[in-house]
Amino acid sequence: MEPYLLFSRDTRSIVFNMQTRAVQRMLDFDYLSGRNKPSVAAIVNPGNSGTHKAHWGKGEVLIPIYPSIQAATDANSDIDVMVNFASFRSAYATTKEALLNKQIRVVAVIAEGVPERKARELAHLSRKLKKIIIGPATVGAVGAGAFKVGNTGGTIDNIKEQKLYRRGSVGLVTKSGGLLNEMFNIVSHNTDGIFEGVAIGGDKYPGSGLIDHLLRYEANPKIKMMVALGELGGDEEYKVVDAVNRGLLTKPIVFWVMGTCSKMFPAGVQFGHAGAKAGAEAETADAKNKALKKAGVIVPNSFDTLGDEIARTFIKLKDEGKITPIEEPREIPNIPMDYADALKKGIIRKPTSFISTVADDRGEEVNYGGYPISEIVHSGGKIGDVISLLWFGRRFPKWATDFMEMALMIVADHGPAVSGAHNAIIASRAGKDLISCLCSGLLTIGPRFGGAIDDCAKFMSEAFGRGLSPRDFVSEMKDRNVKIPGIGHRVKSLENPDGRVTLLIEYARKKFPRADLLDYALGVQAVTTQKKSNLILNVDGTIGVLMVDMLRGVGYFDDDEVKRIVNLGYLNGFFVLGRSIGLIGHALDQKRLNERLYRHPWEDILYMVERKE
Amino acid sequence: MARRGIREYDAKRIFYRMMPQYTGEKIKFDIMPILVDPGTNIDKLPEENPWLENMRLVVKPDQLFGKRGKSGLVLLDASFEEAANFIKQKMGKSAKIGQVKGKLTHFLVEPFIPHDSEYYIAVKMETDGDHIYFSTQGGVDIESVWETVKEIKVGPLEEQEFDPEPLLMDLKADERKLLLPFIKGTYRFFVNHDFVYFEINPFTIVDKKIKVLDMVAKVDDTAVFQNVGVWDFGEFPEPFGKDPTPEEAYIKSLDEKTGASLKLTILNPEGMIWTMVAGGGASVVYADTIVDMGFSKELSNYGEYSGDPSTELTYLYAKTILSLMTRAKHRSGKDKILIIGGGIANFTDVANTFTGIIQALREYSDKMKEVGVRIFVRRGGPNYKAGLEKMKEVGSEISIPIKVYGPELHMTSIIPMAIRDEGKGVN
Repeated sequence: MEPYLLFSRDTRSIVFNMQTRAVQRMLDFDYLSGRNKPSVAAIVNPGNSGTHKAHWGKGEVLIPIYPSIQAATDANSDIDVMVNFASFRSAYATTKEALLNKQIRVVAVIAEGVPERKARELAHLSRKLKKIIIGPATVGAVGAGAFKVGNTGGTIDNIKEQKLYRRGSVGLVTKSGGLLNEMFNIVSHNTDGIFEGVAIGGDKYPGSGLIDHLLRYEANPKIKMMVALGELGGDEEYKVVDAVNRGLLTKPIVFWVMGTCSKMFPAGVQFGHAGAKAGAEAETADAKNKALKKAGVIVPNSFDTLGDEIARTFIKLKDEGKITPIEEPREIPNIPMDYADALKKGIIRKPTSFISTVADDRGEEVNYGGYPISEIVHSGGKIGDVISLLWFGRRFPKWATDFMEMALMIVADHGPAVSGAHNAIIASRAGKDLISCLCSGLLTIGPRFGGAIDDCAKFMSEAFGRGLSPRDFVSEMKDRNVKIPGIGHRVKSLENPDGRVTLLIEYARKKFPRADLLDYALGVQAVTTQKKSNLILNVDGTIGVLMVDMLRGVGYFDDDEVKRIVNLGYLNGFFVLGRSIGLIGHALDQKRLNERLYRHPWEDILYMVERKE
Repeated sequence: MARRGIREYDAKRIFYRMMPQYTGEKIKFDIMPILVDPGTNIDKLPEENPWLENMRLVVKPDQLFGKRGKSGLVLLDASFEEAANFIKQKMGKSAKIGQVKGKLTHFLVEPFIPHDSEYYIAVKMETDGDHIYFSTQGGVDIESVWETVKEIKVGPLEEQEFDPEPLLMDLKADERKLLLPFIKGTYRFFVNHDFVYFEINPFTIVDKKIKVLDMVAKVDDTAVFQNVGVWDFGEFPEPFGKDPTPEEAYIKSLDEKTGASLKLTILNPEGMIWTMVAGGGASVVYADTIVDMGFSKELSNYGEYSGDPSTELTYLYAKTILSLMTRAKHRSGKDKILIIGGGIANFTDVANTFTGIIQALREYSDKMKEVGVRIFVRRGGPNYKAGLEKMKEVGSEISIPIKVYGPELHMTSIIPMAIRDEGKGVN
């Protein structure tokens, strides 16, 4: 490649750091410019390897990720540019490494705030090595239709608008990165477009200066005129004056040095850029504009007529026959809009795949059923309130949340012998993790173990709803040969009542607005205990019917909704939640005791396997 | 992100502390200077610094301005009581240094050193390298004896090869023995701690020990992260006389709390033209154009917002400017002009940032009508069409004349447009 060119249509680069959005913008530019290959050959993400998937037009490509600059260049002999997105802390070391890498020719340094001494060293080192640094503190550069550094040029719309996807006849260099887009706009409005545009960055010691780029443009036969935007502070512009006077710059240059307002300001005002402070009269914008004009550079009276001067210069070149007409690309490929952008702009819609009506984690704080967690805690809410919000999407009254908590406490455990706890214990002793132990216990819950709450509520409320008398219900169940769930206890009886049941019933009588299903269940008990005194309403049955009474009493649900809630398995949820406390207890208990693998004794198993001959 | 002056106190404190390790303990300083600010209890100082009562003292203001002696602000050869009285008398009082007026708030106290010889050393960081200047004829009039100053340059890639010999050629052996490590150490100190300007004028030699009299220093403020545990001066002091107005201080406080950038300098609170411009470069260009068109006296403020500030921050920024510009009618009776300008943004969502400005415009619509305000808008970038549309809508909603343009108009063309329009609104 000619030494006066920064980039070609074949330039391949490293993007240093995982700047995936910048990578995508570079690839979109490439595609728009009709490049065959993406300009990003590699991403360097220190210490990591892998691949990054990016869009390439309508399709996708994989870009390799390397742990170091050396690894990236070793694997890709065509890389000769690095776009360095390292932070101000590490920009120096990484840029130096890139400069010392044999393959890399151009480094763009994006970071703002690289210490002056480091930046100055890099600038001198790059000159010594005959390499080029763009920046630090810049958005970058564009070789129209060839290569784009990182985020230069802004959005795709902007790149299209300013025709950066194809080469024009103008070489542009600015100090300000923020105004590069605006300058592209001015140049594209008033000429046949940009050939190359560079923002050298606002630091005191930029890696390459205005003069370096203007001299390259001078050497480039495709560039017919140059536009430069300087700034108060420093002596960059005088190097241009000197070069013009020495005949090193002969092409027309339209130049404006910004900061002419500084004379109005009290001493010591620092403009946006680090280099933007006039120390001496010669460093003021006025003095520089005057010196440039004197040397024969085209200097407008103010920024406001910069565009007019550019247009006049271009027309003159055209009239002199020096401008070769641009061959516009026959077709500019279309870059599909990103899904996220389209969504944000409201120009597409798509049905959602999921709904949540109980919790929302998108705001400042997660909320349960519309209440931020901290608010629930501050208002004295307890676990019952959390259940009512997350399971039912409503905040239940205190009598109901207290009842739910009471139910959870009562079902929390039933000793080590029942199937759930037993399974949890066996799994724990087999060395399984806590979650496996818990699941092992939970998996026993079903039609035979732990299902009574749910079933009792279902059968009783169904019969109650049909207006069946307790006596008829009992005989119907007998006819169907179905044992009534929630009725019967191993040892407790009418004479020796279950303390837990007494407690629940007393609570309901005192706090529930109504307890119709409890009354019905007690009616059923009156029938069954006539047969046998231990056929009492047991604790599962009591919780089941009272849950139904509670749901009816909180005032949010009609009968159909309550039925639906029961059918969906909500009541089983109370058992599962409560019993998990016990199952975790048993599993951890075994671990704490360091109990060994359980093996069931042979003598406890009846072996009846016939030996086959 | 720039070169910043630091207090003489801080410069000396860091220098005294670090020099032993850059000179192999050959250069040491025993007494650290003291900084007195409005919060210092002067009478209690001797408890921790007994030397204050055993030595003769020097007191001078320490607020980044020179010519202190000529302004009668330096007290020499004083007792502690005299020093304390001097400070108490001057603290909080106004002073005029050159053209700049400001309040005296910081004083440096250190031992008074009677001396015969005065040496000069300065180091400057420049594009082509570091320049080191040395003279045995230091003092306030160094410029008049500049021919005695020797200079050497150390190239940017040659820091390690620095040799001060050429500066010391004409010196006596015992002077050299002391000055060689001193100059070497000073340069190491300068390089390692990101100083960009460092001057001791003068220093002297008393009993084979180097004594520093006056010191001036500037550092590169981007290098804070490389000097943790060395600089440690917290905030950089503002130049003398740059006491911010409450509005400037408010915007500065907002700026410090965000990754975005919000800047405001009030130039003339009675001016006609107010600017609210996005982007550091664009804001300068707008101000330039106003000045270039001869309206510098009417330019009320300089400032910018950039780095994608939140809607809330843009709202607060806009509100501050609107509150300033709607305090009184322009003395001519003509309408005031509000320039809401900017270049073509790279990725800042223009509609979003305009939302905050529009909120402020609504809030101040009555006040703007009272004073008479016309608004000119120009902006480009992502979502600019939606943003400009919103601006047009709010203009008709609050019945304030507003002209709105996008990238089809040259960036600064709203300035001549507004100025040509000047004179409208006269009743």
